[in-house]
Amino acid sequence: MVTSVVLIYVIRLFQIQILDTRYRNSADNNALYYRTVYPTRGVIYDRNGRMIVSNQPSFDVMVVMRNVKDLDTLSFCRSLDITKDFFDSRMEDIRNRRKNPGYSPYTEQVFLAQMSVSEVSDFRENLYRFKGFSITQRQQRKYSYEAAAHLLGDLGEVSKSEIDNDSWYSQGDVIGKQGVEKYYETQLRGEKGTEILLKDAYGRIQGSYYDGEYDKAAVPGHNLRLGLDIELQMLGEKLMQNKIGSIVAIEPKTGEILCLVSAPSFNPSELSGRRRGEHYQDLAARSDKPLINRTIQGTYPPGSTFKTSQALTFLQEGIIDTKTQYPCNGGFLFRGLRVGCHTHSSPLSLNFAIATSCNGYFCWGYYYMIGAAKYGTPQKALTVWKDYMVDMGFGYTLGVDLPGEARGMIPNSDYYDRHYNGSWNGLTTISNAIGQGEVTLTPLQIANLGATIANRGYYITPHVVRSVEGEEIPDSVYTKHYVNVDKENYEIVVKGMRQSVIDGTCRSANNSNYLVCGKTGTAQNRGADHSVFMGFAPMDDPQIAIAVYVENGGFGAVYGVPIGALMMEQYITGGLSEASKRKVEDYSNRVIDYGEEER
Amino acid sequence: MERRNVDIFSRLDWLTVLLVVAIMVCGWFSICGASATLENHDFFSFATRPGKQMIWILCAIALGSVVLFITQTFYNTYAYIIYIILLLALIVTIFIATDTKGSRSWIHMGPVSLQPAEFAKFATALALAKYTDRFDFNPSAAADILKASLFFIIPMLLIICQNETGSALVYMAFLLVLYREGMTGSVLLVGFCAILFFVLEIKFSPVSFGNQPFKVGTWLVLTIIQLLEALILWFMSPDRKLTLTVLGIGTGGMLVGLAFSLSIIPFKVTWMQAVLIALTSAYIVFRALKDIARQYILVAVFAVGSVCYLLSVDYAFNKILQPHQRTRINVILGLEDDPKGAGYNVNQSLIAIGSGGLTGKGFMKGTQTKLKYVPEQDTDFIFCTVGEEQGFKGSVFVLMLYLGLLLRLIFLAERQSTVFGRVYGYSVVCILFFHLFINIGMVLGITPVIGIPLPFFSYGGSSLWGFTILLAVFLRIDCERTTSY
Repeated sequence: MVTSVVLIYVIRLFQIQILDTRYRNSADNNALYYRTVYPTRGVIYDRNGRMIVSNQPSFDVMVVMRNVKDLDTLSFCRSLDITKDFFDSRMEDIRNRRKNPGYSPYTEQVFLAQMSVSEVSDFRENLYRFKGFSITQRQQRKYSYEAAAHLLGDLGEVSKSEIDNDSWYSQGDVIGKQGVEKYYETQLRGEKGTEILLKDAYGRIQGSYYDGEYDKAAVPGHNLRLGLDIELQMLGEKLMQNKIGSIVAIEPKTGEILCLVSAPSFNPSELSGRRRGEHYQDLAARSDKPLINRTIQGTYPPGSTFKTSQALTFLQEGIIDTKTQYPCNGGFLFRGLRVGCHTHSSPLSLNFAIATSCNGYFCWGYYYMIGAAKYGTPQKALTVWKDYMVDMGFGYTLGVDLPGEARGMIPNSDYYDRHYNGSWNGLTTISNAIGQGEVTLTPLQIANLGATIANRGYYITPHVVRSVEGEEIPDSVYTKHYVNVDKENYEIVVKGMRQSVIDGTCRSANNSNYLVCGKTGTAQNRGADHSVFMGFAPMDDPQIAIAVYVENGGFGAVYGVPIGALMMEQYITGGLSEASKRKVEDYSNRVIDYGEEER
Repeated sequence: MERRNVDIFSRLDWLTVLLVVAIMVCGWFSICGASATLENHDFFSFATRPGKQMIWILCAIALGSVVLFITQTFYNTYAYIIYIILLLALIVTIFIATDTKGSRSWIHMGPVSLQPAEFAKFATALALAKYTDRFDFNPSAAADILKASLFFIIPMLLIICQNETGSALVYMAFLLVLYREGMTGSVLLVGFCAILFFVLEIKFSPVSFGNQPFKVGTWLVLTIIQLLEALILWFMSPDRKLTLTVLGIGTGGMLVGLAFSLSIIPFKVTWMQAVLIALTSAYIVFRALKDIARQYILVAVFAVGSVCYLLSVDYAFNKILQPHQRTRINVILGLEDDPKGAGYNVNQSLIAIGSGGLTGKGFMKGTQTKLKYVPEQDTDFIFCTVGEEQGFKGSVFVLMLYLGLLLRLIFLAERQSTVFGRVYGYSVVCILFFHLFINIGMVLGITPVIGIPLPFFSYGGSSLWGFTILLAVFLRIDCERTTSY
């Protein structure tokens, strides 16, 4: 009997100690407390090595409920600049196990998070009076320049779905919500470390496990070097004050984005720290929608800047050559259809047509292409046309390294077949020729068109980040996307754009120090016309390609050209002449009244 | 009676001593593991439990040595007097003891606290041994057994009055001693049945069966009663027809009733079963009178008594037991799962032991015990520390030490030439066995949580000294086995 009882106990021991692993896991859950050590997030530099985004200490006010004793609530609230009601509700929330599942009266709980040094200074001095409270240091983003908010993006607390999608995150962590912070989240965030601590039956920390032998140090995130020129960005934002629109500048040789101005903008620091939610609500409620990154999310009719792409297509398809002349009788007049234009000396050739932005010329070219016998049907002709457009980077996203890029619109034959029941021709769709009608592009795509022309036939996918520290730059970043148009044809268009600066619509972009090529656009829409400019400089060694889009700015020459010219001057010469500085003040003070309409 | 000097040194059973010392040493190391916190590793300071236990162990060895030098004649002569003194001590304790966690079993004398209940075991064993040593003691006579039982029932009741139900239960171990001496096994059978029926009745909740609430537990118990009734008759009576009749009426009737209830008119089958048992019992009594076979009546009494017992279990469980006792029983039967409540101890204990694995976490490396997850970890739940820090190997080693000790003691008890020696020896074996059975069983989640220490292992002076005296007296008796009288 004695033996059998001992035998039963041995069997039971075998069962719970060797067969059943459940108990072992429970023991670890019981006693081991894995404290996360947060890595430092990567720092972001501009193209010239200037630090734009770094980290600064922020402070969390922590509380161990069990230790709170004889609290002078009044002076406590005063030192943190909070109300008694807030204090009461916050304390209640912390104790509420449904809202705060990890609650234990013995461990530190967050009372107030992400306070700045100045916000906690008063409290810190009086800390000794508030038993049970303490301050922990964390980190938050620090912005050296009040610029590039859209491009840089922001950090926010992870949502439930983000936690579900990526086990890296846990409740209360921050994650990139927009811009570079979101797109490069995995590179920036680094690797979390863990400190294994022992906690006793009451949840009190008793020391480290095996003297930290199994701890894992945090690995800091990778730093980013952007293609962005922060000075150029700030100039662009200044010029776009009180206006709605975009400026996108690209270095044609590399595809690096030099500036990405979306107006209206805001100070990136507003979406950092404790008051993020509040500021976010305010920004989201504004009728001019500052949170939208119009450079990649806004889709607009490109207007006459689009004519360059038409010229390239017609030349390559043999519809026109440099000697082809079309009439302009104050526009395109045919079979009762009229597309208005300024009266140009008629007939005129391509070079002059680009320089003066003649609607008539390009409408004829488009009409002849869609009706050309070699394609058979308008459908087939439009398909060829559409393929050129897509080849140039329109109609689909370019693949910029930012979240939320829009694709714009290039209509295809199916689209018109549906709308016109299959019976349509060049005349029906004539607006395509001049960048109106169904065609829409993002400012980024317009700037990319400029870069492609500057490169005489290829583009490199525009990108914001030049390099990630500690990572190889993949070759795909430098892949040249050749457009199926011969280089000679590009040279013809370049000459036209140069002509436009010499004696055409872009005269005010002329600069005595380098040769500028440009093309204006005046995009019609419901309200006042949008003022558009696309250009690059210097002509023979392009360093910058640019698109300026000012909503309801009127003629392209009114806002687009001068703003574009100033931006190019800043970038190429590294500064501005006195005259230009006065111009900057002038343009930055100009206000376009948009009314209260939601945009 | 002649007093002779016995050469204790050469006649002492050193194997037993060795095993006990080994157990004490293992116990001491476990107490070091259990009572130390992460920072405090000071084992020899008198302020810590290992330090104190070291003193208790040294005192126990000294005490044991002294006891070994006192002759058996002394124990034999003064057995009743020692017994009465300790009974008085138990009574006094009830009145003068301070309330410690609801129990009144500790006497505080300055810095030392003693638990008389621990010493009463040895006195009871002595008194019982002396009583059964009488020439006219007849273990098969009910009256003698009852008188002998009084020796352990009295201290049991006194200890229950101290609110130490767990320690009181240990005295049940003396039933095993009486069984060894020739008491009829039916007492044990009845006891076993009582526990079995109780568990079955509580454990199985009613289920819906044929649109009637059907008490599975009751049905099981009643069926077992019917089968046992038939089985006992089978062994008692040469008349096979009688057994088959009882079996036929009882079980057959029940099955017919079950089928009828299920298919035609639902009714309470359990009530029908009770009636059937009454009928068969009546028939057995009739046959007993007719065949002049008195022993049949016992079967009938057993069957009817069982049914009455069953009826009272529900009432006792729900009305008489304290809520915390009810919860404990429920947890042990797996009816309540409440990791933070009553089952917390056992649950944490299992986690601690289970996490030890094959080889354990190493001395002083146990996280569960060190961080106070297991309550009472240096006293009643001391075995957790062994399980966690020494793993399966260490736990089995400790169990083997106990097995070796118990088997050795049984061997020693069997070789005693006197009834006094044998009864005393078996008392030691049974008490130690009962402690081991309950303590390890509770730590492993097999037996109910009854707060009794692991002999020679748990922290605590009283229990250690109590067991030491208990064992040392037996070793002395063993030394004199052929030299006395």
